[in-house]
Formats: sequence, C-alpha cells, structure tokens
Amino acid sequence: MRLHTAGTARGFRKPLVVRVTTEPLTDIERKDAALVLLSLDAVPNDFRGYAALIIQGKVDGQSISTPLIHSVRDIDHLSSGHVVVLEPLNGFIRTLYRPESRHNTLFATERCNSNCLMCSQPPSDKDDIAALSERNLKLIDLMSPAPEYLCITGGEPTLLGDRLLTILGKLRDVMPCTYVHMLTNGRRFAWANFTSDFAGVRHPSFSVGIPLYADHAALHDYIVQARNAFDQTILGLHQLARHGVEIEIRIVLHALTVPRLVHLAEYICRNLTFVDHVSFMGMEHIGYAPRNMDELWIDPVDYQEQLEKSVAFLARFGIDVRIYNLQLCVLKPSLWKYSKQAISDWKNTFTGVCQACSVRDRCGGFFHWNTQAQSRGIHAVA
Amino acid sequence: MRSFTGIADFKPTDGSYRLLPFRFHRLDKLNEILVNECGEFVVAPLGTTETIVRKKLLPTDNIYPTLKAKHFIYDDYSSALLDVLASKYRTKFDFIHGSTKLHIFVVTLRCDHSCHYCQVSRQTVNKGEFDMPREVAEAAVKMMLETPSPHITLELQGGEPLLAFDTIKYIVSIAKPGAARLSKELDIVITSNLAFLTDEILDYCNAEEIKLSSSLDGPEFIHNANRPRPGGDSYRVAVEGIKRARRALGANRVAALMTTTQLSLQHPREIIDEYVRQSFHTIFLRPISPYGFAVKSSHRTGYDMDAFLEFYVTGLNHIIDLNRKGYSLTEIYTKILLQKILMPEGTGYVDLQSPSGAGLNVLVYNYDGDVYATDEARMLAEMQDYTFKLGNVLKHSRAQIFTSPAFVNLLQAACNQSLPGCSDCAFQPYCGADPVYHHATQGDMIGHRATSGFCKRNMRVIEHLFSLLQNGDPDTQDILWGWVTDRNLAEIRADIPQ
Repeated sequence: MRLHTAGTARGFRKPLVVRVTTEPLTDIERKDAALVLLSLDAVPNDFRGYAALIIQGKVDGQSISTPLIHSVRDIDHLSSGHVVVLEPLNGFIRTLYRPESRHNTLFATERCNSNCLMCSQPPSDKDDIAALSERNLKLIDLMSPAPEYLCITGGEPTLLGDRLLTILGKLRDVMPCTYVHMLTNGRRFAWANFTSDFAGVRHPSFSVGIPLYADHAALHDYIVQARNAFDQTILGLHQLARHGVEIEIRIVLHALTVPRLVHLAEYICRNLTFVDHVSFMGMEHIGYAPRNMDELWIDPVDYQEQLEKSVAFLARFGIDVRIYNLQLCVLKPSLWKYSKQAISDWKNTFTGVCQACSVRDRCGGFFHWNTQAQSRGIHAVA
Repeated sequence: MRSFTGIADFKPTDGSYRLLPFRFHRLDKLNEILVNECGEFVVAPLGTTETIVRKKLLPTDNIYPTLKAKHFIYDDYSSALLDVLASKYRTKFDFIHGSTKLHIFVVTLRCDHSCHYCQVSRQTVNKGEFDMPREVAEAAVKMMLETPSPHITLELQGGEPLLAFDTIKYIVSIAKPGAARLSKELDIVITSNLAFLTDEILDYCNAEEIKLSSSLDGPEFIHNANRPRPGGDSYRVAVEGIKRARRALGANRVAALMTTTQLSLQHPREIIDEYVRQSFHTIFLRPISPYGFAVKSSHRTGYDMDAFLEFYVTGLNHIIDLNRKGYSLTEIYTKILLQKILMPEGTGYVDLQSPSGAGLNVLVYNYDGDVYATDEARMLAEMQDYTFKLGNVLKHSRAQIFTSPAFVNLLQAACNQSLPGCSDCAFQPYCGADPVYHHATQGDMIGHRATSGFCKRNMRVIEHLFSLLQNGDPDTQDILWGWVTDRNLAEIRADIPQ
C-alpha cells in the first residue's frame, strides 16, 4: 500500500492539505480540492478555484498560478476523497486520509517525554506541534465521509496541551459518530487540572490506549527510559477513571515485560479495576527495537505459558482481553479466541509458509517489518 | 537519535524500604499469608515476614517487587503511590455510604409455625394484639425514608407476615410513593413460610414487583422436623408455595433460606440436593443464631462450631462438585468472603462487615414501634434483654435513634480494626464485627476471640477458602471465581483460555 509519492513543487510556500479528486469538479466544489491529471495537455485549461494540481507529466513554461506538483512518480494510488499533504520544499505528497480504510490516524507530534526501548516510532525533539496541529485541524475539515474509527497517535499527543483539547473538541463537533482512540503514555494525566480539562471536552465516543509494562516503578521506568513515568501513568489512569474516560491498557511483550507479566495482570485487577480492555501486543521489529534486540528479544513461542496465565487471570476477573500482532501459529490455541486482526491494512503481510496455512483467513499476519525477526514457531497450521 | 540509560539507574537503594501497614498469619506448615489494609494478600514461605521486618529483604529478591506492587513496602526509588492505596481503601469501604440499606418491618408476631429456632412467634388468633398498627407503620416508613441511601430494601417479615396482609398493603402503599418522591429505589421483599399464599396475594406481589423469600431447611424429614406446624406438613406447604410463587412472579423473584439445626448437621448433601431438586441456584449454609429459643432448646438445636464447620466443608465440596457437573449453585457465605478476598470492592453484608451492620446497615422496626439494631437484637428483647433496643418510632427521631446510649455502646464494639484479637489479625479485612453475637454468647459486646464461635467459624472458613484458592484444581478455582463475578462454570470457561 503506497502512502507517499513525490514530484516537483511549484507555486506554493507552505504545506497544503487538500482533498484529491481524479474527476474535474464544478466551481463550487473546487475549494480545498487537488485535481489529479496525467498531463496539462489532456484537459481544458480551466483550473480556477482548485487548491492545487497533481500532475504526472512534466510541466514547464506554462503560466499557471495554481499551486502544483508535477513530474509525480506514482499517482495510481491517489483516489477521489483521499486527503493528502503537499510539501513545497521537496515535492512530497503524503496521504493523510483514506475514507475506505479502517486505520486512519491523526499524527499529533513526533515529540515524546518517554523513550521506550522498543519504540516502533522513535521520537524526534524538533518542535512540530504548531505545524502538525494546524495540519490536523485542516485534515479534520476535509475528511469526508467521516471515518468510523480514528486513531490519534504520535509521539505523545498530550504534549500538545491545549491544542489537543482544540483538536478533540473539533472532532466532537464535526464527526461525533467517529470513534476516537488516542495512544498516549498517560503521564500527563497525573495532573488533575489537565485531565479535568481534557475530560471536559466530553467527546461522546472516545478512549485512550495507555501502555503499562510492569507492576512496579523501577522496571516500567527503565523500559520507557523515564524516571517517575510509572507513578505518573498510574496516577493518570486513576484521574482518567475518575472522569469516566474509557481506558485500554496496552502491554508490549518482550524479554523485559514477560517475567512479571502475571504480576502485572494481578496488579491491573487490584489497582486499575476500572479499565475496559487489556491488550497484549507482539513487539514490532522496527524503530528502536532492532537496536535493543539483545535485551528485548524473546521468541513468542517461549512466553506462551506466561501469556496464557496472565490472560486467564484477567479474564477470570472479568476484564476484556485482546491479543494483537501475534500469528495464530505461534499462539497457544487456547489463546486464539483473544487474537484480533488489527494490523493496519498497509502494514500486514504473510510469508511463504503462510500459503499452505488453514487458518490464514483468521490470522492477523505480520507487520511486514516483522518478517525480519520471526519466531521459530512460524508454520502452516494444518 | 536519543541515547538510552542503563538499568542500574532505575533501582532502589538496598535497605531503603519501609513498611506500610499489613498483618500476617501462619497458613500451614510451609506458608504464611500477609494481608494489607485493603485485603491484598501475598502467600509466602514461613519466615518471610521476619525477613521483611528485619530489613533483610533485597531489591533483587523475587518477592520484593511483588511486595512493593501490593503496597506492603515502599522505597527510595519512587513514591509509595499512597493516593492509589487511599483510593483502594475508599473502594473497600464504599459500602458504608448512604447508611442503613436494609429496613426490616415486623408486621405481626402471629405465626402458624412453631419452629425450634424461632423465639418470637405467637400462635394467637387474637388479631390485632401483635400486628403493627397504622401509626407505627407510618412512623417507621417515615424513618426508613430519611435514610440517605438512594437504594433501600424494605423487608416485611413476622411472625408470618401474610397473616397481616392488610398491614403489608398499607405499608407498601405509603412506602412506594414516599420513595418515589425522594427518587429512591425501593426493593420490597416479603419473608414468608408461604402457607397463606393466595392468588390475590400473588397478583398483588406481581403488580407491586415484590419479591418473596421463603424458608427451605432441606428435604421433607428435615424441614418438617425443624419447622412444625399443625398438620406436620410445613415441607409440602413450602415447596408448593415456592412453585406457585415462581409461576406467578418468575423464578428470580422467589428465594429460599435455610437454617442449620443439629438434625441438619448430619445431612449436608441431602439438604443441598433438595435445593437442586427445587431448582434453586443459591444456597446459604447458615449456622443457627445462638439466641432465644435456639439457646434455650439447645438439646434440640444447639451444637458447637466444629460440627458446623464440618457440615460447611462437606457441603461446600458437594456444591463445588455439582457445579463441576454442570448445575450452577452458589454458596452465599463463601461468595461474600471471596468477594472480600478477591475483589477490590467491599461488601455490605450485615452479619460480616466492619463497622458492623447492626444499625448502620440494617434496622428492625418491631410491630410495636420499637427499633432494634438487628433481627437478633429483637430476639434478645423477646427474652427481656433490651441492650440493643435503640428507641421507638413513635417517640424518637432518626437522630435520637442513632445517638441513643444503646447505639453508641454498640458502636464502640462495632469496628474489628480496634477489637482485641481482631486488630492484629491477618483476616481482619475479610471479617467483621458482631457486638450482638458476642453480647448474646459471651455477655460482652467486645467479647473474647479465643472462645468466640464467630471468630472460630470465620478463621476456619477463610483458611479453608485460601487453601482452595491456592491448591484447588482449575475447575474449583473457576467455579469460585465465577461466584464472585456472577458467571457459571460454562460462562467463565467461555471467557478464559481453554
């Protein structure tokens, strides 16, 4: 699945967030639209009102005032209704929204106040918050039809502060039926004022996904590489619960989390009784993870017993449990019923042995980058 | 790219830990149990407490993070998360909110039965003499509705309350609109032997959404022996009444309670099987209350706690077996204790809570307007012991009832946190205080734990439950967990890995 392409930008200085159309539009529909063309010669020369043009062929000399990117490498993946951002400096065309996908996201920031050893999307320290917030507000305007589900991710979205409240308030007003899930480390919610303002937005269909990696501070803090992170996250979870926010706990499975997994399950039952779901996730082999493999790697087939015990503890207690990013052939069959196929459509893949597998249809498959670090248990289920 | 910090920077200093409040108890030859203020527990090898207290525990010991996670110790690495501990403590004691939830109205003392363990029934035909007059009913309903709780239960009992059906109708007719005006939820239960059930009464209960609670002491030979009535047919009357009531009201609106007599002690399985035969899904293996006629007629009903505990354990095993075979049956006392042990929430079961349920969670309004702290307190009064008479609805306000010398005296013995023998007991968070019981059996509300039947029963039952939780087979554990999470074995199996 292609989500970006590039060409040569002309006629604009700030990134443009536009809705793609492959068919010419009437004048009143052209605002915020980018018309996709094979070449300028192919159509009547009337581009008034379009926000931009995306042209596969080369454009030189013609006097067109409309912003455009020409000589674009690939345009086949661009369909009407997609929202893209056009970058003036490098001519990048990045797809931000596809109405047909179940995995649309608002990317809040690359910044993060943690630095998890296995982060799949390592943070950057450059200040992108104002620019990305502006882009996201525009993106929300252009999402049509509204998605069923939208994920706010980063980086750490709570670093946006008041801007996050603005974005969430806009989602509430513009697309109240869209279920919004926000991935956050939850630390900032330890501050009662912030959480109270945040919950005060009262989005009707909202939940947070917050990672927790151990039942005690020292280990969790080491994994997320931040002192006080555990205490802040736990207090944050309690603050969120006080305001009735729906909560998913996310546990990434690796060699540092597995040894205390059952204790963590018990900890959640006694201290975080209010959570709505607990998700166990296979580790992604991307970002920081490959660098820290010596410390993090444990073959999933070697932690099935701990995983089963932890799931049993939570499920006995009555908490909803889900397992992501682990293939059915490495999961104990007793755990198959918790397995969810939720790897984003553009990230999942299957390997050669999967061709002969009888449960392939029910399997989440791999992140394509995880084919680099496979379990020895990968096999075709008869 | 940022760099990473080594694990050495994320460690507490050796020996920096301090203790949070907890208590401990030897479970068996190998293990002791440590329990904190919120009822969280750790089962560990004998000697663990000593290691902790002598400061010999190391951060690298396996149990160290567990003790920290469960709020037994804290150290210099991170905060003790006392807010979380406080929130857990609050959750445990949330049942206190709202004050008295259960209000028992004794609408008449008249009864056709003459049960061995009952001390209050009167076989008089002189209607009126032992019925609750209207002005008493009005004052009692008024007092009940002054309770802060938004959810209250009105239990109408006797004697045999259906002998005073008009009184019931009158009480309901004023209680319901009164509760509605105050936006209170009101559950109404009639506790009856069902001998006088008529279609009119059933239609009425149906229309008013009233539940029926009856007695079933076991199979015919036990029930008839425990609960004599003219004709000697109390079993037939009860079973037929239960069937009729279920047809009219639905199975979930008809309950049964059993009392364990000396005769019952020999027959735990037969009693439980009778509950299965009558399609009940709950049973309460309840020891006899050591009051009134039950004490006087001890040659027939009295027994010591050892005999009861044997009955309970045999019965519980049988109940677990029935669940294993697919019949879902919950033993209520076990469920209450397991909720306290396994769940973060507390339970407001009036006979096993601290502060004690007497007055705080149950009030009894006698037919003559006298207010008692518990039903047992009323039985004591029938034997001229008025220690727990808190006042009278015709003479006293709710405030006067709750500041009466009788109530203040009771309160002083109502918290096991401060009772000798309880204050340092590991099972204190799971147990309760029962000043009425100890007054009745030991002549002292505080009582002496070493000879207390209440203490013996609860210590042994809790120890037994821990042994089931630690050593029980997976089915047993699933069944017990199912009881506290309202799932039968099939349902819980569908939820957990199989």
